[in-house]
Amino acid sequence: MTKVSRRNLLKGGAAFAAGTTLGAPMIWAQNIKDVTLRQFGTGVSNLNDVANKVKEDLGFTLEMTALDSDSVTQRAATQPNSFDIADIEYWICKKVWPTGNLQAMDTSKIKNYDKIVGIFRDGKLTPESTIAQGTAPHTVGFTEGPDGKGFVDNESGWMTLIPTIYNADTLGIRPDLIGRPISNWSELLNPEFKGKASILDISSIGIMDMAMVVESMGEYTYPDKGNMTREEIDLTMKIFTEAKQNGQFRAFWKSFDESVNLMASGEVVIQSMWSPAITAVKSKGVPCVYQPLEEGYRSWGGGIGLSAALTGLERDAAYEYINWYLAGWVGGYLMRQGYYSAVPETSKNYMSENEWGYWFEGKPATDTITSPTGDALAQAGETRDGGSFQDRMGAVACWNAVMDENQYMVRKWNEFIAA
Amino acid sequence: MPIHTLPESPKVLKNNTLLGWLMALPIMAVLTFFLVLPILMIVTVSFWKATEFSIIPAFDLENYEFLFGSNVTYRVFFNTFKYAFITWVFTLAIGFTVAYFLAFHIRSLTWQIVLFLLCTIPFWTSNIIRMISWIPFLGRNGIANSTLISWGVIDEPLDWLLFSDFAVILAFVHLYTLFMVVPIFNTMMRIDKSLIEAARDAGASGAQILWNVVIPLTKPGIMIGTIFVVTLVMGDFITVRFMSGSQSANVGRLISNDIALLAYPSASATAVVLLLTVLIVIGIMLRFVDIRKEL
Repeated sequence: MTKVSRRNLLKGGAAFAAGTTLGAPMIWAQNIKDVTLRQFGTGVSNLNDVANKVKEDLGFTLEMTALDSDSVTQRAATQPNSFDIADIEYWICKKVWPTGNLQAMDTSKIKNYDKIVGIFRDGKLTPESTIAQGTAPHTVGFTEGPDGKGFVDNESGWMTLIPTIYNADTLGIRPDLIGRPISNWSELLNPEFKGKASILDISSIGIMDMAMVVESMGEYTYPDKGNMTREEIDLTMKIFTEAKQNGQFRAFWKSFDESVNLMASGEVVIQSMWSPAITAVKSKGVPCVYQPLEEGYRSWGGGIGLSAALTGLERDAAYEYINWYLAGWVGGYLMRQGYYSAVPETSKNYMSENEWGYWFEGKPATDTITSPTGDALAQAGETRDGGSFQDRMGAVACWNAVMDENQYMVRKWNEFIAA
Repeated sequence: MPIHTLPESPKVLKNNTLLGWLMALPIMAVLTFFLVLPILMIVTVSFWKATEFSIIPAFDLENYEFLFGSNVTYRVFFNTFKYAFITWVFTLAIGFTVAYFLAFHIRSLTWQIVLFLLCTIPFWTSNIIRMISWIPFLGRNGIANSTLISWGVIDEPLDWLLFSDFAVILAFVHLYTLFMVVPIFNTMMRIDKSLIEAARDAGASGAQILWNVVIPLTKPGIMIGTIFVVTLVMGDFITVRFMSGSQSANVGRLISNDIALLAYPSASATAVVLLLTVLIVIGIMLRFVDIRKEL
């Protein structure tokens, strides 16, 4: 054994101190280039532009796979070795976390943790906000410790998912084909739109849209839409099965592209829709409005989770990636598509004043608003459907959810589709 | 064992049973690994239990109880048979006509081959693309509706053209007619032309020749085509999903929904029932015609 001299020890200590204070890239600047992280998730945030930018800014390779919500859940729950990073929604997290396929993340390693909006921390947008029904992100966002298997209701310092993206969803309409104001969820089942309505065929999200409609029709008020009893599920399905048999629906959609095609082709004039789908319809020159409704929004949130199998250099790279994700570039990119970033204030640096005003503050555009891919989405003077961040996220009526009676609901959903 | 020793060991050669088994061994191994074992696995899993994110080995009849206890199952199976039957009728009518034309009306072999290859051109693109390309064509503002309106045939767009059973069956017929044409054409080409001449000499009319000579001799081809079409339609799920706009269900969709929701045991149980149903259907069909004549 060689003797450790005092001088060498000091040198080593200094190098170590320099390494930690100057940030990780110093240490693994060389071998990080060999790291490849495999990320999968729903199409909304699995963007090739993000992978390219990661390569440019951080030097490692990010492989993206986009799947639909069901497939994402399936893969996260059954194939833990097939991914390093799971980009999933909070309600999926509620299903997947108990399998132990994800690992808890240390919030002290997340630089912008303190700037993450309240929705993902204590559940409140502002101190006065009430928490909406359903699987609110903060309820499944924290676990008891590094090996936690359950959820805790406080900011424990160990997150299940690092929030990245969220939005408030509502119905999309074709104002040119409807020709009158729409202000309630109940319009989805209005016989006036017979054969021209659609709802999404993803049970856990579709059931929430249905619940919004049923409440709006005055048929029933749920104690908790996000956790229905069997009787409540039966009632909801009965109303929609009748509507289906009367020919209310043109089609059901499962993927983002299907919803865009249904709307752009005029097959459907009112349907459940996601924000960028509206953007996609508009960029084809077809008028389409993401209609704010009196009853409020159905909201969802997504985040990044790490595979339990991820260790060492790969895990360090993943943390680096998460910090980069929250640092603003991706946030700005997502916000210019109509989503919200978990750390809006960093995204602001990557948006023009006009874009920030339009997308976040609900102000009229001062110049043409373009999507990240360059399509014109709004002209000067137009305002965002639903207004500002506070207006939209402040009017959330429920979150996408997984119910205790989920399996029963799924069976009933299958019956609804087959009816 | 070196090859040259084989002729010197007549015992091995003369043992036909052993030799037969040896020759069948490779195909048996392939079928065991890639057909029998997976099916056994599916049967096994169909008795397992599932929670939302895990499957638990067990011997439990709950999956079957639920399957047979739900009237949705019966409706969906009925729907599956309905699609299979209607598609069969149309593919048979079109397939038989095309094959008959190719086999008996085109005299030169060159032209028969050219026209036959022409029939296969649509197969140069993927199944899904051929199916999806119907959607813009049949839509409310699609080519079919706008053409009919401009001709003055209709005033309002026809909604039932797309996202309906009509659309599903249209796509099935389009996708699977060739599977009927090929085997029927194949059997027709083997019909001895002198038989038709003999029938003609004996005074049979065209219709009588068709009914009493051509159709009986084409039966094996028809049966092979039928097996193709029926199994393809009964096992399909994606055509039904896209062309009905997710509004109709067949058994394939039940299975795919279950798989999407991680309910593998329930999906397996449905798959086992579907497999048995299709086997019974084929078993019945094979009682009518001996397709071995064809093979």
